[in-house]
Amino acid sequence: MFAELNELLNASPERPEQGKLTLLRDTKTDGSFLVHHFLSFYLKAGCKVCFVALLQSFSHYNIIAQKLKLHKLNVCLWIPSLLGLLPRGFQQFSQGVSLTAAKERGQLVFLEGLKSCFDVFFGEEQHVGQTNPLQFVSKDGSNLKTMYEFVRTSLMASGSDSWKCPVLLVDDLSVLLSLGVRPVDVLDFIHYCRVAVCSQLKGNIVVLVHSNDDSEDEENELVVNSLCHQSNLILWAEGLATGFCKDVHGQLKIIQKGSSELKAEKNLLRIYQYKIQDKNVTFFARGMSAAVL
Amino acid sequence: MAALATGGATPSDGATSFQRKVPASSRLAAIAGTRPSVRHGQLLLSSGLPSLDCVLGGGLAVGTLLLIEEDKYGIYSNLLFKYFLAEGIVCGHNLFVASAKEDPADILKELPAPLFDDVHKNQVDEKETAIKSKQESQESMKIAWRYQNLPKMEVSPAASARFGHYYDVSKTVSPELLKSIKWHRFFLPEEMSLHPEIKTCNMTCGYTRLLQSIQRIIYQEGFDGSYPQKKQKNILRIGIQSLGSVLWGDDICCTDNPEDIFSLTKFLYVLRGLLRMSLSACIITVPAHLIQNKAIMERVTNLSDTVVGLESFIGSERETNPLYKDYQGLIHVHQIPRLNSLICDVSGTKDLAFRLKRKQFTIEFADHQPCASQKEHILTFKHRLSFRASS
Repeated sequence: MFAELNELLNASPERPEQGKLTLLRDTKTDGSFLVHHFLSFYLKAGCKVCFVALLQSFSHYNIIAQKLKLHKLNVCLWIPSLLGLLPRGFQQFSQGVSLTAAKERGQLVFLEGLKSCFDVFFGEEQHVGQTNPLQFVSKDGSNLKTMYEFVRTSLMASGSDSWKCPVLLVDDLSVLLSLGVRPVDVLDFIHYCRVAVCSQLKGNIVVLVHSNDDSEDEENELVVNSLCHQSNLILWAEGLATGFCKDVHGQLKIIQKGSSELKAEKNLLRIYQYKIQDKNVTFFARGMSAAVL
Repeated sequence: MAALATGGATPSDGATSFQRKVPASSRLAAIAGTRPSVRHGQLLLSSGLPSLDCVLGGGLAVGTLLLIEEDKYGIYSNLLFKYFLAEGIVCGHNLFVASAKEDPADILKELPAPLFDDVHKNQVDEKETAIKSKQESQESMKIAWRYQNLPKMEVSPAASARFGHYYDVSKTVSPELLKSIKWHRFFLPEEMSLHPEIKTCNMTCGYTRLLQSIQRIIYQEGFDGSYPQKKQKNILRIGIQSLGSVLWGDDICCTDNPEDIFSLTKFLYVLRGLLRMSLSACIITVPAHLIQNKAIMERVTNLSDTVVGLESFIGSERETNPLYKDYQGLIHVHQIPRLNSLICDVSGTKDLAFRLKRKQFTIEFADHQPCASQKEHILTFKHRLSFRASS
């Protein structure tokens, strides 16, 4: 979780919003750092997370999640914590999040797409059964129903859970189109998930898609445009138009939709630039990178 | 003391008996031909070209896919393919060679021969050293007399193994070296005749068979950790030639509206799963310039880890351009993966050109320099990224 991004979005792990669809979009660059941010944000906030990871393995996310640390504590908090005056909770905040621990205590449900697809492709017909979320790969189907059922059952609140609002995180949706799913079915899936997660369970959805201005992939652009209209918050990571730069890795556009649909409020658009470091991402106003100042 | 403490046997000059104690946690580093990455501890393999390793940030990570977009006539992409396999032979890795047009045995016979610095010198001085060693053994040590009776040190082959080798393109690899490694083959016309009926996953037949073959080898040879009692771990280098071409039964290279545009992307997705769960690395060459539907190439790029495009100057107007007179083509690095880390090692400059000589394939940076009149910019090639063989 990147503290600076939390400040920009005016979000805090203590009071996560509810019922929101956040769209993460990247163009000409890799926007997966946003996925890592939201994953650790919601885990720290105490929400139950269902993570549909279609492109990378579990260990990849785990290693990065453990590296992410909170922005260094203010000096005024530091000294008392060193003296042991502050409660343990503050000291624990500076650690990263362990996904294995989160999985064990039931806070994280992780769907590793690569493994499921392997089971579907190489597994025996009778063993796979009908419950594998990625079973649409084997049939001609473009039916994401089993994946939706998986999401719904994993986020359904069971009696003993004490987690806050459920969250669905998808990385990334463009892969489904490569696997033979029609754009209409992808949009249906998102719609069903919104009904179940956002409306019924009062949770959040965060989805990553790739897009390109001059892309020839029309199906992908269709899905992306449709999701742009449906989402409450769009975080758009773009590579710089002027080319590669060592100190500024890209530009982040934050588009916040007007909160009330009835009043037709204007969308709020803010643009920042960012630089990705090993354990953190720093955000700054355009032209204000540390290398320039 | 400090010099001794810094680490293992030095390869070329003199032999030392110092062997660094390898801690238990870095067991994996003991696999021949690999080294851990500085940034994220991922195991890296050499791609066969030391200058390409440098451009890719140290090497190719184990469990990833290197996709090469072929140049127009497939000459240089074929060469990169061969370098990758030749590197596997030199490091003692297992190979899996798949092709639809050439018999894998023929591909292996034509691999370039590796250059060993010591081999050159040894062949020349063999007789002289035989005479000299007899004389040396009879001389007594005057100062270090305590070491007189210790046995002479021999440099073990493992200690002198280095990361990245050079190859002589004009010679082919010796049959003895070929016999020393274990390799597996997949030749599509052969497979189609042997097993005519198989179940398909709604994917082109050739791809399904290839995936099943790869999975079978990975499972049987234990690259996915299914035989934990096997102490000596090894890497499987998979090479697939010209995937997506007509010979594989896929028509994406022939028409704008292919019958099944998902075969290639599904194949890459399942292959990605296979690679991530095993100690292997894969190189695939794709005739990207023939694929009419550009959306497919975008999806293929998203599903691959490292994507490198080659553009040769043959037959183009750049062949006669004086700027490019020493070079055979350009290299475009489209994508480098970020594995286990938020960042990746990207080189600063994006304009890279390659030059092929008999003993090395170098990749060099282009540096734009304004000329004095400031009317035009001259493209000069500086900052050579070549590693000259020390002989």
